[in-house]
Parts: sequence; C-alpha cells; structure tokens
Amino acid sequence: MIVKICVGSSCHLKGSYDIIEAMKKIIAEHGAENKVELRASFCLGNCKNGVTLTADKPDERMLHNVSPDNVREVFEREILPYLE
Amino acid sequence: MRIFDTHVQELKYQVLKAVIKNAYENCYDDVYLDVPKEISPGPKAQHRCCIYKERAILQERIKLAFGGNKDNKNIVEVIDIACDECPIGGMFVTDSCRGCLQHRCREACPRDAIKIIDKKAFIDKEKCIECGKCVNACPYSAIIHQRRPCVTSCKVKAISVDENKKAVINNDKCIACGACVYQCPFGAIQDKSLIMEVIDILKGSKDNTAYKVYAVIAPAIVSQFKYARIEQVVSGIHKLGFYQVVEAALGADITLYKELAEWQEKGLMTTSCCPSFVSYIEKYYPELQKYISHSVSPMVEAAMLIKRTDPTAKVIFIGPCASKKLECKLEKTENAIDSVLSFEELQAFLDARDIDVAGLGDTHLDNASFYGRIFAKSGGVTTGIKDAAAAKGVEGLVPIAMNGIDECKINLLKLKAGKALENFFEGMACDGGCLNGPLCLSHGPKNVQDVDKYGNSAKEKTIDNSVKLYEMSRNNL
Repeated sequence: MIVKICVGSSCHLKGSYDIIEAMKKIIAEHGAENKVELRASFCLGNCKNGVTLTADKPDERMLHNVSPDNVREVFEREILPYLE
Repeated sequence: MRIFDTHVQELKYQVLKAVIKNAYENCYDDVYLDVPKEISPGPKAQHRCCIYKERAILQERIKLAFGGNKDNKNIVEVIDIACDECPIGGMFVTDSCRGCLQHRCREACPRDAIKIIDKKAFIDKEKCIECGKCVNACPYSAIIHQRRPCVTSCKVKAISVDENKKAVINNDKCIACGACVYQCPFGAIQDKSLIMEVIDILKGSKDNTAYKVYAVIAPAIVSQFKYARIEQVVSGIHKLGFYQVVEAALGADITLYKELAEWQEKGLMTTSCCPSFVSYIEKYYPELQKYISHSVSPMVEAAMLIKRTDPTAKVIFIGPCASKKLECKLEKTENAIDSVLSFEELQAFLDARDIDVAGLGDTHLDNASFYGRIFAKSGGVTTGIKDAAAAKGVEGLVPIAMNGIDECKINLLKLKAGKALENFFEGMACDGGCLNGPLCLSHGPKNVQDVDKYGNSAKEKTIDNSVKLYEMSRNNL
C-alpha cells in the first residue's frame, strides 16, 4: 500500500514531518516496512482539513486531520487492516 | 504602479504583456503590426529617429517574445537594428582640453602615445593601449574612454563589433550571464522568452486536470515585487494557473547536503548552482572542470523532487536569470525543468491576465530553510555549507565566495596555478549574486536586506527536513 503524507506549506506548518517520523516508527513496530510505502506529496488541496494523508487501498482515499496524537489510531484503523 | 529600473525594461514588458494577452484573448488581428503601433502610436517618435524604426525594433522584440531565432542556440541575441552603433573610439580628447603647460597626460602615458599639437593633446591610436592613465591624470577630466557599454559589461570578452559597427556575440565565448542585456542603454541585446512554451504547458494542463503544473520560484523573488508581499505574489502565481508554488530554496537545501557529501569525497570543489559560472569554467578553465560539483543546481533538484512525488508534473522555474533558460535544456538536467520564466516575464504575465497582486490574499510558503533562502545572495552557499559542515562535525572545509566574474577569474587563476588557499569555491556570475540577475525587475542595495529578512522568516532553521523529504522521495524509486 502506498501512503502519501502531504508536506505542502499548510500541512508542513501543522507538523507533517513529525507525522512522517511517527508513522515510520509505527510501521516498524508492526514489521510492515515492506507492506507500506511511505511517500511525501506536495499539496493535496485540503489545506483546511489538517494534515492530510492518502492511502490507495482498498480504494484511493484521503485521511484528514492527522496529528501526532492520533497518528497511531489512524494507522491501526485505516491502514493496518488493509495490508496484504 | 510598476517600477522598472530602466525604460528598456518597460518596453520589453509592454511587448511581453501584449503578446501574452493575445495568446489568451486573441485581441490583435496581427500582433506584428498592431502591437508596435499601439506602443509607438506616433506621429512623433519617442526615442529613435522615426516611428518606423521604433516599430521595426518593436517587431524584433515581439519575435524574441515568441522565442527568437531558433537556429541560434544562445539565449541572448543582438537586435541589429536596435544597436545604435555606439562609438568605439577608445581614448578621446574632448574640447575640455585647455592646452595647459604641464601635460600631465603625456607624462602619464606609458607608451608615449600622446603628442601636443597646436597646444592640445593628441592621442596616437597606433600606440595607445587604452590603459586609462591619461584619463586619471588630466586635472580637467578632458580625456574620456569611449567604450561600448555592452563590451564593458561583458567580463568574458564575448562581444565584438562587426564591420557595420553592430555588436556581435561570440557564442563560443558567451556564458549567457545576461549582463549585456541589462547594460545596453538601447536595449539592443535581449534574452529570448520561453513564455509561449509556458502558456502552452498551462493551457494543456486543462486547469491542472490533465497534469499538474508546478512553479519553482527562485529565492531572489522576495526582493522583486516591492508593491506586494511575497505571499500575495504566490497567490498571483496560483491565479495564473499553477497548481503549486515550490521554493527553489528547498532544492538549495538538498544541494547543500549533497555538495557537502561530495566535498568530503573530493576535497576540492567548485559549486554548480550558477550555470554561467559552470559554463565559465568549462569554456575558460577546462582543466578545472573536474572540480565542478556533480550535484545539480537547486532549480533542478527542486524539480526532480516534484517529479518523483508527481511523475506527470510539469515544472516551470521563475527566476532572475538568463542562463537558467539555457540550463533547463541541458542534457544533465534530465528534463526536470520544462520551461523557465524571468521575473520580468512574470510581471508581464500577471498584468496581461489582469491579476492585481497587491489586492490578493496570502498563500504561505514554508518548506525551505534559512540557508536555502539566502542562496540568492553572493556568499549564501558559503554560509550554508559552513554551518552544514559544523552541524555534521565535518572539518577542514575552507570556503570562499566569489562575487561576479572578475572575482571568479582571480581565484580560478590561483586555483589553476596551485596557489589557492581555499578548497570550496562558490561562484556567481552576477555581481552580488542572483538578486542582481539581469532579468530582475529591480536591482538595488536594499534587495540584500529583503533576502535576509526572508531567510530569517524561514520556519526551518536547518536543512534537515528538506533532506528528509529528499531521502523519502528517493526511496520511492
């Protein structure tokens, strides 16, 4: 699965780099390095909805308002179940 | 209100604006006939001998706005009919010569080229070497040095004068720095515009649905649009149809990181950010070529980063530089940059589309670090690499910032002779760096302050996050 994290100016200010770091750690904890490909993306056009992520499985979708506090929850709810 | 340094810039702007307007609105029956008439309406000529000549020259400017002579690989071209055939008399004794008794001029001349005829100084052109000693010696400032501004501005001596007294650029010698473009008082040397290419790319994107168009902006932009905030200019660029605006400074952060690593390997290196400086070494110091950094320029680095995250993206660089228009077509840049606009062209583009930048809201730019942003001024790379080295505990780096081709020349000669004390050579062809680029709207001392202020406003105080972004995008490959 490809997960993209927005690093556009707005998300950048809201801490996308912290989320990238946190996400990397969580993926490693689950031993899922080979199943999730973490990418950066320039603006996804959702600046008003907090830091935005996209995931391409089970279908292409956006996850909004991701923060260092909820990143683990988002991963376990939205990404982990769909890993192959 | 638009403020240009010179009237030549304004003429160029008027032509560009009309041509761009026409590309969107089809407002002229025949651009080549109607636009010159609009700009030079007559019946009196404004600055040439007659309106017909003015209009003929404007037609040549329109040609350049459409991309100029495709057979000429250079990005700067001479407009023959605009060249006013400035005198090339060399040392010239004016009427101010009072026929004094001291004859300081004659005493100062190292070649015995000055005679006194009818009490007045006379210079023997055969003997004169144009050293200028007599000019300084005369207490009445009666002797002047008549040189062509284009020839004086060209530090690599690529401009000569042909049998018709017209300026000619030798492409084998020219490094496309664009100094002559800004210096020619008659606007007879001009850069070719890629604006039509840019408009085609923007139109073809179908409002960023077919593919997305990104603008990479040079950090010198903060010193340019004095009537608006940089955040408003970014909003304006969006309104032109660009999907995203990315700072070239982000690429500069990555370039810094790579150049430091490369320097650790090589031990001696010259920078690769300024394409005219790179070209200068290639053409004039081929034996030093091996020292040129293999890291791509910040412009290309930023574009490559964009294309790794969005492979169908098109990237347009917006900057102060003529030679970037050549660099983007070079093989080593791997088509990362699809086209280039100058600040002058950006201004014309905004106005042609009736976008009032000063009335727009703000769009923030916050990706790049302080160091990336101060790349625009001479010494910026040096400051950045020093601090990056200190942060990584790298020792032994002795950088020097070479400001303008004259300083580059002195230091490269030292390097060639094995007498250089430094081992990291930052070179910029323009005096003062990019913020004095030939295609800047304004060239002033205050520009340095603007760039520093912009650098200091960076949220990122180190290059770390830019590098992280770079490494992440690499992993995608």
